[in-house]
Amino acid sequence: MEILMSVTAGILFMGGTYLVLSKNIIRIIIGTSVISHGAHILLLTMAGLKTGAPPLLGLEASSYTDPLPQALILTAIVISFGVTSFFLVLGYRAYKENGTDNTENMRGTDSYD
Amino acid sequence: MFTALHLAIIAPFIAAVFVPLLYKKIPSIHTGWFVLFVPAILFIYFLQHIPTTSQEGAVTAAFPWVPSLGINFRAYVDGLGLLFALLITGIGALVVLYSIYYLSKKRESLHTFYTFLLMFMGAMLGVVLSDNMIVLYLFWEITSVSSFLLISYWYEREKSLYGALKSMLITVLGGFSMLVGFVLLYSITGTFSIQETIASSSEIVSHDLFLPAMLTILLGAFTKSAQFPFHIWLPDAMEAPTPVSAYLHSATMVKAGIYLVARLTPVFAVSGEWLWLVAGFGITTLFWGSFSAVRQTDLKGILAYSTVSQLGMILSMLGVGAAAFHFQEIDNNLFVGATTAALFHLFNHATFKGSLFMMVGIVDHETGTRDIRNLGGLMTIMPITFTIAAIGSFSMAGLPPFNGFLSKELFFTSMVNITEFQQFNMETFGILFPVVAWIASVFTFIYSMILVFKTFAGPLQKEKLDTKPHEAPFGMLLAPIVLVSLVIVIGFFPNVLSYTIIAPAMASILPSLLQEGQQFEVDIYFWHDWNTELFMTMGVVAAGILLYLGMKKWKGVYKLFPEKLSFNNLYDQTLNKGEVLSQKVMASHMNGFIRNYLVYIFAFVAAALLITMFYKGAFVIDTSGMAPITIYESVLVVVLVASVGVMMFTTSRLTLIIGLGVAGYTVALFFVIFRAPDLALTQLIIETVSVALFLLCFYHLPQIAKNLEPLRFKAGNFIISAAVGITVTLIGISAGSSRMFESISGFFKEYSYKEAGGRNMVNVILVDFRGFDTMLEILVLGIAAAGIFTMIRLRLAGRDEL
Repeated sequence: MEILMSVTAGILFMGGTYLVLSKNIIRIIIGTSVISHGAHILLLTMAGLKTGAPPLLGLEASSYTDPLPQALILTAIVISFGVTSFFLVLGYRAYKENGTDNTENMRGTDSYD
Repeated sequence: MFTALHLAIIAPFIAAVFVPLLYKKIPSIHTGWFVLFVPAILFIYFLQHIPTTSQEGAVTAAFPWVPSLGINFRAYVDGLGLLFALLITGIGALVVLYSIYYLSKKRESLHTFYTFLLMFMGAMLGVVLSDNMIVLYLFWEITSVSSFLLISYWYEREKSLYGALKSMLITVLGGFSMLVGFVLLYSITGTFSIQETIASSSEIVSHDLFLPAMLTILLGAFTKSAQFPFHIWLPDAMEAPTPVSAYLHSATMVKAGIYLVARLTPVFAVSGEWLWLVAGFGITTLFWGSFSAVRQTDLKGILAYSTVSQLGMILSMLGVGAAAFHFQEIDNNLFVGATTAALFHLFNHATFKGSLFMMVGIVDHETGTRDIRNLGGLMTIMPITFTIAAIGSFSMAGLPPFNGFLSKELFFTSMVNITEFQQFNMETFGILFPVVAWIASVFTFIYSMILVFKTFAGPLQKEKLDTKPHEAPFGMLLAPIVLVSLVIVIGFFPNVLSYTIIAPAMASILPSLLQEGQQFEVDIYFWHDWNTELFMTMGVVAAGILLYLGMKKWKGVYKLFPEKLSFNNLYDQTLNKGEVLSQKVMASHMNGFIRNYLVYIFAFVAAALLITMFYKGAFVIDTSGMAPITIYESVLVVVLVASVGVMMFTTSRLTLIIGLGVAGYTVALFFVIFRAPDLALTQLIIETVSVALFLLCFYHLPQIAKNLEPLRFKAGNFIISAAVGITVTLIGISAGSSRMFESISGFFKEYSYKEAGGRNMVNVILVDFRGFDTMLEILVLGIAAAGIFTMIRLRLAGRDEL
């Protein structure tokens, strides 16, 4: 199971990297979202999967899943949401201001002065 | 303790602070008159040290600066330091006196000139009088900087800036190399003190770092003293005002390298490399400088190359003097004489070269040109200047009865003697030294004659001169007259210097040869029999006169060397090509396209991790503790992978957004399966909000152009992203398979309810155990919201200015 999930995380990273490397600004933003999905899955996988009940003490199970990575992922999800929405608006504004969504056309001038 | 000696060394710096004040407050008096006091008083102060250094040895005074690093401002006045200190202050006073008449009160910004000059003077005193290498280096670099400032004194002229930059680059290159040498020496001996280093010289010689330390320090000395092939900065430094050329570029700064070589002779001189390098570079410079001086048409150009050549001569004598270390004592030691000659000529050169520069300044000042093709016939118009020029030049050429004759004889003696030295191949190749020295002396004779006769003899070319030439005012003549008087006095009474100055200085250079209470015997005579040296001098005069008279016939020799092969051209090309090359290198990878930078980052991360993993054998796979795979997860994996595939290859923005939504919801379902209810909830909400946000912007977002990226580009991206994906997968598997210690989750299970009163462990961690994270995460969201708000609302602010 862990191997399968590691491969899945790898595929998410691959897809995200591929999208980030493109020239289109929306694809770049979506790429970052995909990478953060990959990271979340990887975090969860590395702690071990299905080792017990959900981390709710009320269930009174003999063993629980590790709660710490879940807390970490929760924090990460919220932060990546904040960043993604900021990126999205930034990309939108950049498109409106520059009239292009091609990062190659967003380069500065070559002169140093 | 901070003593009067320290005060004397930094006095010029203190005085420099007050110069602008005096310039502004007392404009009626030429600022130079105030400045004149500083070197004059210092000269008298240092004269008082002569009895001490010649009889009792060195005067030292330590002042702690950074004691924890072994850096202390330890002033050390011995014979060698005193010789230089007297030159610096004595010629400094004369140069200031000369500059008062040379620089106009009305036209020049005198306060900058004298501030820089005093800075230089203080730095030079610091170089020659400090025992600590780091302090020496500090003052050394101040001399470079103040020399840079003085060369570019007329900064509106392009050639001044070129010359200043050139001298700065070359001398700082050498200075930096010298610092490396000092640090190497420190790593051998553990001290920055020069005297302690000399005391442990036997230990240094056998050390592995001996040769690197020697080479780096010599590079510093050679660049500062304008040795071949680093001499190229000196002729360009002639763009400085003439008092500066006279002071820095003939008498003091260029001798800092000589000082360094002399000072460290007791450390390095036992090795054959030192002898060959110092003497070899010196003699090469001597020849090349005198050979190049003859082709110059500018008076200061001639003097610049002549300085280069004379410095080479002093250095070659110092190198030959190193042979003395191979004998135990000074009796019957032939090679001690070379050191005597070096020091004697060092002093003589400062006197005659200083006066010659001042003479050229006078000619320039009174006729408006320094070009020998326009000059001539000034002998009757400027008789005093002519006398100065004649005495200075004849002394430089090595003619009796001037001091140059004596030092040239001693020079020939030491060059002839070295052929009898029985080590380091001197007995075979050593014959080159007297031969080259003789040829170089012939050229020295020729340019000395050019200097006098092309300027003062022949017809007066009035139409080529801007002004009507006339004799200079007496004030301007005073300083060179003092110097040429010295030339004559030392010529007739050379032994005035012998035991007061030269013998103590030799004791600093060759300390190990002296027995207790012994003194070097320095006897300089006019007449020492019909010996080889005298015949050599006669040969020089005869050949020199013949070549000077027939110069038109052989001047074509200089055209044999194409301009392209010169060292100046090499320097210019290195600078230009270096600039072009670095621009090319930068432009080749810093092209401003984000995708390229991301490629570097991703490729580097993937390569570094994969290579490390491969070499360390870090990849492990252990399936023992793993959960089984069921149908649910398999289906979800297929859905997730499919959505990623769709996102990668679609060109429709709607499909892209929906693909992202599918991926997000699948991740939420994974959270459900993996027993993470809070995560699933959050993920579902967040995914919904993000997709809504994307769709909100949908109409405003651009279409994705279909053929934006060519196929090759996509293939490259794919390879890099595949590498990243593989890296992540391998790290995930290895990390999951090698658990080093138990998780701390037992703690949360035990205390979540007991300590924090909550049953939902994840929530307790978020708000209780690790509440700080949550607080800052809220801050992140707040900042993002504020940022979005500002981007939307406050966008018009700077538009008009753009």
